[in-house]
Amino acid sequence: MDKRAVFRSWWLPTAFALPQLALIALFFYWPAVAVVRWAFTLEPPFGGSAEFVGLANFRDVFADPLYWNSVVVSLTFALAGTLSTIFIGLVLALAVDRQLPGSGAVRFLYILPYAIAGPAAGMAFRFILSPERGLMASVNSAFPDFWNPAKYGSHALILVIVVFAWKWAGYTFIFLLAGLQSVPKSLTEAAAMDGSGPVRRAIDIQIPMLAPTLFFLTVIMMTEGFVGADTYGIVARTTDGGPNHGTDVMVYRIVEEAFRGLNYSGASAQSIVLIGLIMIFTFIQFRFVERRVHYK
Amino acid sequence: MADITIRAVRKSYGKTATLHGIDLAFASGEFVVILGPSGCGKSTLLRMIAGLEDITGGEIEINGRVVNKLEPRERGCAMVFQNYALYPHMTVADNIGYALKVAGVPKAERRARIAETAKIVGLGDYLERKPAALSGGQRQRVAMARAIIREPGVFLFDEPLSNLDATLRVTMRAEIRKLHQRLSATSVFVTHDQVEAMTLADKLVVMNKGHVEQVGQPLDIYHRPASTFVASFIGAPPMNLMDARIDASATVARHEHLAIPISSAMAAALAGRDVTLGIRPEECRVVPAGEGLPARVDFVEELGSGRIVHAAFGSRIFAAAIPLDIRVASGDLIGLALPPAQLHVFDRETGRRLDVTHSIGRYEPVRQAAEAV
Repeated sequence: MDKRAVFRSWWLPTAFALPQLALIALFFYWPAVAVVRWAFTLEPPFGGSAEFVGLANFRDVFADPLYWNSVVVSLTFALAGTLSTIFIGLVLALAVDRQLPGSGAVRFLYILPYAIAGPAAGMAFRFILSPERGLMASVNSAFPDFWNPAKYGSHALILVIVVFAWKWAGYTFIFLLAGLQSVPKSLTEAAAMDGSGPVRRAIDIQIPMLAPTLFFLTVIMMTEGFVGADTYGIVARTTDGGPNHGTDVMVYRIVEEAFRGLNYSGASAQSIVLIGLIMIFTFIQFRFVERRVHYK
Repeated sequence: MADITIRAVRKSYGKTATLHGIDLAFASGEFVVILGPSGCGKSTLLRMIAGLEDITGGEIEINGRVVNKLEPRERGCAMVFQNYALYPHMTVADNIGYALKVAGVPKAERRARIAETAKIVGLGDYLERKPAALSGGQRQRVAMARAIIREPGVFLFDEPLSNLDATLRVTMRAEIRKLHQRLSATSVFVTHDQVEAMTLADKLVVMNKGHVEQVGQPLDIYHRPASTFVASFIGAPPMNLMDARIDASATVARHEHLAIPISSAMAAALAGRDVTLGIRPEECRVVPAGEGLPARVDFVEELGSGRIVHAAFGSRIFAAAIPLDIRVASGDLIGLALPPAQLHVFDRETGRRLDVTHSIGRYEPVRQAAEAV
C-alpha cells in the first residue's frame, strides 16, 4: 500500500489546481480549439463573422505547390538536423566519456550552445558563414559562388541545418554522455581484453547499449525539427525562408501565412496537417524502430 | 603458458598511494591466489597485469616481455570479471566468440570453436540465449568460456565467485580448479575469501594495505603466518592473539596477571622481550577448572562436527575449538591449556613473526611446513 495524503474536501485541491488549469486553458486548449475551428471556416482577418467552408481550406493547401515544397524542405531539415545533431553529440560524448585530462571543462563548453537562443545563433551564423565576409569568403574568392546562401536554396538550407545542429548537438550530447556513463565500465574493459580498440568498442558495445537514448533523441529531435520554436526562429532570423522558398519549412510558412499574410484559416489548416504528420512519424518510430531497441 | 614477474610495482591515484612496491614472480602454469581484505590493492594489481590500470612505477613482465606500455589486447591475458561483464545485447554465442570476431577469425571456424568451448563449460544448449535469460551460474560459465576461447597464456580472475550463492560457489570453485588443470595456463585469482584461497592456490599471496604480507603455499602460510595480520586473516575463527612479556626466569610469558608456560628455548631466546603471542583455536585445549589457565565461558557456537568455545581469558575473549565430547555452557569456569609448542610469536612493534630457529638456531616454535604438507 502506498500512503498518500488525501484531501477531505473537494474544493481545496481544486483551488490549488485552478491557477494552473486556467493557464493551460487560456494558452493551450483555447488556441487549439480555435485553430480547429478556423481550419473549417473562412476567418476574416480584421474580425467579423466567419463562414463555414468545410474542407475548402485543406483543398487550397493541398493544391498549392509551394505547400508541397515546404513539406519537402521540412522533411529534409528535420532528417538532416536529427542525424547531424545525434552524430555530433555522439562523437563528442564518446570523446568526453574517455575522461582524458580537461574533459570536465570541455564538457561544459559542449553544452553551452544549447543555452543560446536559436534566433541569436542564426544571426551569428549569418555573419560567420556570410559569403562576402565570413569563413567561406576566401574559398569564394578562389571559386566564385562556391558558397552563397543568399543565392542558392540548397546552400541556405545547409546554413540553417548547420545552425540547428550547432545549437542542438549540445542537447543530444548531454543525454548521450549520461547514457554512456551508465554503461558499466567493466563492459568496455571486457571488450578491451577481448582485443577491441576504442572505435570498435564504441560501435560494438557502447552504441548498442545507447539504443534507448538514441531512440528517444530521434523522436525528440524529429519533432523539434518539424515544429520546434527554434526551427522557426532560426529560419526567420537567418534566411527568412528564402531564397525562393528554399528554406520555407512548414512552421515558418504557417507563421508567415497567419501573421504576415493574415490568412488565419489557411495557416490553421496547415497546422492541423502538420500535427497529423508528426503523429504519423512518431507512430512509425514507435511501431518499427522501437522494436529493435534493447532496454536491458 | 606464461610466467609473470612483477618488479617494485607501485600505484598511486594523485597523492594517495595504493600499492607500495610489489615484488612477485609467478611461474608458468601456476595457480596464484591473491588474498586480502577489501581495499588492500589486490584488484588494482590484477588490473595492472591486465592493462586496465596504468602502472605508476616498476615493471610487469609477462613471458619475458615488459608489458607496461602495451594495450590489454597485446598482453595475452584473458579476464573473468566479478560481475561477469557479459555483453547484454549479444547472444551467448556472440559473447563467447567476440574476441575471435575482433581478431577476424572466419565465421565457420569461429562457430566451431564457440561450440567446442561452450561444451567445455557445459553451455551447449544455451548458445542462442541472451545473458538476461541465464542464471548466475550460467553467466559465470559464459564469462569463463569467453576467456577460454582465446587460449590465453594468463587467466585473470577478479573475485569471480563473489556474486554466486554458497552452493554454486563451491561447485564453480571445483570447476575452476579442474579447468586450470586441463588448460594449464597461468592463473591469477583475486579474492577476499580465505576458503577459496586455501582450496585453489598453488601459491598464495596475502596482501594488506598495498603491501605483500606473505607469499607461499597455502598450508605453509596457515602454519607459519609471517605477521599478526596474516595470522588473524587466515583461519576461521582467526588465531587468538595477546600481548605478553617473556619472563625467562619462570619460563613463562606474562599477559596481564596470567602466566602462560613457554618452552625454555623460547624463554632463553626472547628473554625480557615484549611480544605478541598467538595460538590457533584448534590448538587450544579445554581442561577442567583449576588446571591450565582460568577462563570463563562467554558463549558456545555449535558447528555440528565440533563446537567453538568463546571464553573470557584475562581481558580478552579467546576462541577454542573443542571436540563434541566436552560439554560446556556459558558462565562455566574452565581451564585453557596452551601447548607451548603451538605458540606463535610475533614482534610487538612490527607484528612480524619471530622465527627463533632462523635467527638464533635454538628454538622451533611450530612444525615445519614440510611436515605439515
